Amino acid sequence: MEKITFDQVQEELYHEKMANGLNVYILPKKGFNKTYATFTTKYGSVDNTFVPLGKEEYVKVPDGIAHFLEHKLFEKEDGDVFQQFSRQGASANAFTSFTRTAYLFSSTSDVEKNLETLIDFVQEPYFSEKTVEKEKGIIGQEITMYDDNPDWRLYFGLIQNLYQHHPVKIDIAGTIESISHITKDWLYECYNTFYHPSNMLLFIVGPVDPELYMNQVRENQAKKEYKDMPEIKRQFADEPQGAAEKKQVLQMNVQTPKCLVGIKALHVDQTGNEMLKNELTMNVFLDLLFGKSSEHYNQLYNEGLIDETFAYDYTQEQGFGFAMIGGDTSEPDQLAEKLKKMLMEATNSNTFSAEQLERAKRKKIGAFLRAINSPEYIANQFTRYAFNEMNLFDVVPTLEKITLDEVQTLATEVISEERFSVCQVIPKK
Amino acid sequence: MDAVKEKITELQGFKLHVIETEKYKTNTFFWKMKAPLTKEDVTKRALLPQVLQSSSAKYTSTPALRSYLDELYGATLFVDLAKKGEYHIMSFTLEIANEKFLSDSTPLLKKGFELLAEILTNPNISGNGFDQETIEKEKRTLKARIHSVFDDKMRYSNVRLLEEMCKNEPYALQVNGEAADVDEITPENLYDYYKRAFLEDEMDLYVIGDVNEEEVKKLAGELLQFEDRTPKKVETHGINKRAEVNEIKEEQDVKQGKLNIGYRTNIVYGDPDYFDLQVFNGIFGGFSHSKLFINVREKASLAYYAASRLESHKGLMMVMSGIDLKNYDQAVRIIHEQMEAMRNGDFTDQEIAQTKAVIQNQMLETLDTSRGLQEILYHNIIAKTDINLKAWLTEMQKTTKEAIMAVAKKIDLDTIYFLTGTEAGD
Repeated sequence: MEKITFDQVQEELYHEKMANGLNVYILPKKGFNKTYATFTTKYGSVDNTFVPLGKEEYVKVPDGIAHFLEHKLFEKEDGDVFQQFSRQGASANAFTSFTRTAYLFSSTSDVEKNLETLIDFVQEPYFSEKTVEKEKGIIGQEITMYDDNPDWRLYFGLIQNLYQHHPVKIDIAGTIESISHITKDWLYECYNTFYHPSNMLLFIVGPVDPELYMNQVRENQAKKEYKDMPEIKRQFADEPQGAAEKKQVLQMNVQTPKCLVGIKALHVDQTGNEMLKNELTMNVFLDLLFGKSSEHYNQLYNEGLIDETFAYDYTQEQGFGFAMIGGDTSEPDQLAEKLKKMLMEATNSNTFSAEQLERAKRKKIGAFLRAINSPEYIANQFTRYAFNEMNLFDVVPTLEKITLDEVQTLATEVISEERFSVCQVIPKK
Repeated sequence: MDAVKEKITELQGFKLHVIETEKYKTNTFFWKMKAPLTKEDVTKRALLPQVLQSSSAKYTSTPALRSYLDELYGATLFVDLAKKGEYHIMSFTLEIANEKFLSDSTPLLKKGFELLAEILTNPNISGNGFDQETIEKEKRTLKARIHSVFDDKMRYSNVRLLEEMCKNEPYALQVNGEAADVDEITPENLYDYYKRAFLEDEMDLYVIGDVNEEEVKKLAGELLQFEDRTPKKVETHGINKRAEVNEIKEEQDVKQGKLNIGYRTNIVYGDPDYFDLQVFNGIFGGFSHSKLFINVREKASLAYYAASRLESHKGLMMVMSGIDLKNYDQAVRIIHEQMEAMRNGDFTDQEIAQTKAVIQNQMLETLDTSRGLQEILYHNIIAKTDINLKAWLTEMQKTTKEAIMAVAKKIDLDTIYFLTGTEAGD
């Protein structure tokens, strides 16, 4: 077990790689009641074309299967794992993203038992045809719920505009039609390929003794037999640099129109420190341009083109990425044009001052401190960073080093008309 | 648990609550203002915090104010509103980094405190009113917020249930007020209301973090001084049980139906059987081991979510679920059956034990965030009670099967609201 200390934020992290390849991290948080643990596989909705374990050929699996698997892992021959967690006073949950599937619990008592339950239920699948069929009704309602949600439709509509081939354009839950093809055999095939310990990360954060829990995990894993795993082969079609569609307008049962402008990311082959730097620089750039203290934000707000729903965000993963800017607006076309114009103008040099950059960095540093008050944030984000070979605790030192030149250079590279796209939701006529 | 020590001091016109803890990397101020929920005031109260947080006499524009917040290591300032029983609560939250964790050790707590005081007591005034331009912008934003409820069907159906269920009661009012009343607000009448609110509202300040109580007390006493007041109390009237269940169906262009059912629990925070009600709700619909989740979702596959929650100060329980349009009758029947099972004592000792364990866990987890801790402590202000957190948990653990059945028998079904599609299956 190695100990890593982060002096500035006064945190300690313990790490060990188990014999079967599982990475385990423990971060003690004194004074907290709750222990929060996530058990995550590097497997999400985009991993839909791969060579199954022990086979030679690539297969393409039904859309939504990673998410379906997440639901089904909770069901065992003798009942539902939710029941067991709640008998042990814990609350359990799971989520599937583009690139990860995470299982988690939080509890303030019986932590050892709950940890054992978490590891064992994820590592002991039980899928049957009957329960697979039953789940289709439940997930069908989850899909319908999102179909009625204009913000989700807007978000996904924009991703679909940006990407031509990459599976990020496929809704994480799939469609009612696509999940109808899911069978128990498909689930096992995905499970066996992606749930090997060497493709997973366990993170525990809370008022815990690291030695004790590391031992527990070690013993638990030693009892289970895993063969060494060959490298997982995933396949992604070549994706052009430009946006697939310039614009999409969705008509829905809403009163207020919505508009998002998207920029397809450019440096999506990065990992590690390079990726961390790129991601943070993009975030700083967006803050400078559209933060509440910015000229642009205030101009748009004063003109009545945006309201408090206005937001911006940058996502970067291996193989895809995008920035999104927008919100509710009475004038979706006018807002789209203004945002694009503001972005294009930001590629001119001398857009920002040193003083502005310093403020933007301070804002981000404070936000990081606020975020690490949260055990959930630490566990989930640490895992995401680790899967991309980055370290969450490098955020502040990396931020501090960003220069005005770097912001300007990145903006000039990324901002281009061909990578823009617009998605709008407007009231149905 | 024992670590939560709330130190309360009466200061000039408000109460100060200090919780010293080393858990966080930040320090947080919560300024709360409470008044009875009324049609006359609710819309002004929805607008006022937005106006105050957009600029002040010293920081006369939003960019100036927000730049200063960024400079203070991204201190966050935000406002929100809540309905707790028939009170309307305005909250101002300011969270600021603890410089202990920064390479720059300039003290930040005092600066944060001064800024909060500036926002509350030194508004951007011209003549006899607030700055005209700010008022116009914030009126527009408030209207947008009121309208946006329609676009979020989960929220919309909950709001509609309460409107139908609590018709002629203040609780039917929406937390953000009414669009038509926004137009009536002027810089002058809002400024008058501002003065009245700071004269009459019950006001509480919570400061949570690695702070020193004496230092906080001193700063609070210097920076914030208001007139003495006697907070207004809402007179609650008993609501008679409906002779017939109120059933409302509303048609819209939606794919998924939203089923919302309202009950009167006839029990509020501070009542002796309030803890029994908590356990009741946990067994019935509060969690993923509850009857609603098991029977509506897991067994019948009708829904992705099916849950119940309590409004502790008004004495309501709301069930919510998203279902296929054609499954309305079946879903309602299953939900009624679960309520009947609760009345008949058709639940095991294990379900009780499990529910208590999960409630205890939920409570302790809530205390891990400064916001959660503050919300829980604030219940005592609303209900005029003095229940400490330890007592809360001890009392909850004492609940018996008989007590839960007794609670079940007190609960009256009031209104069933269904937002259905235009192409209903049957």
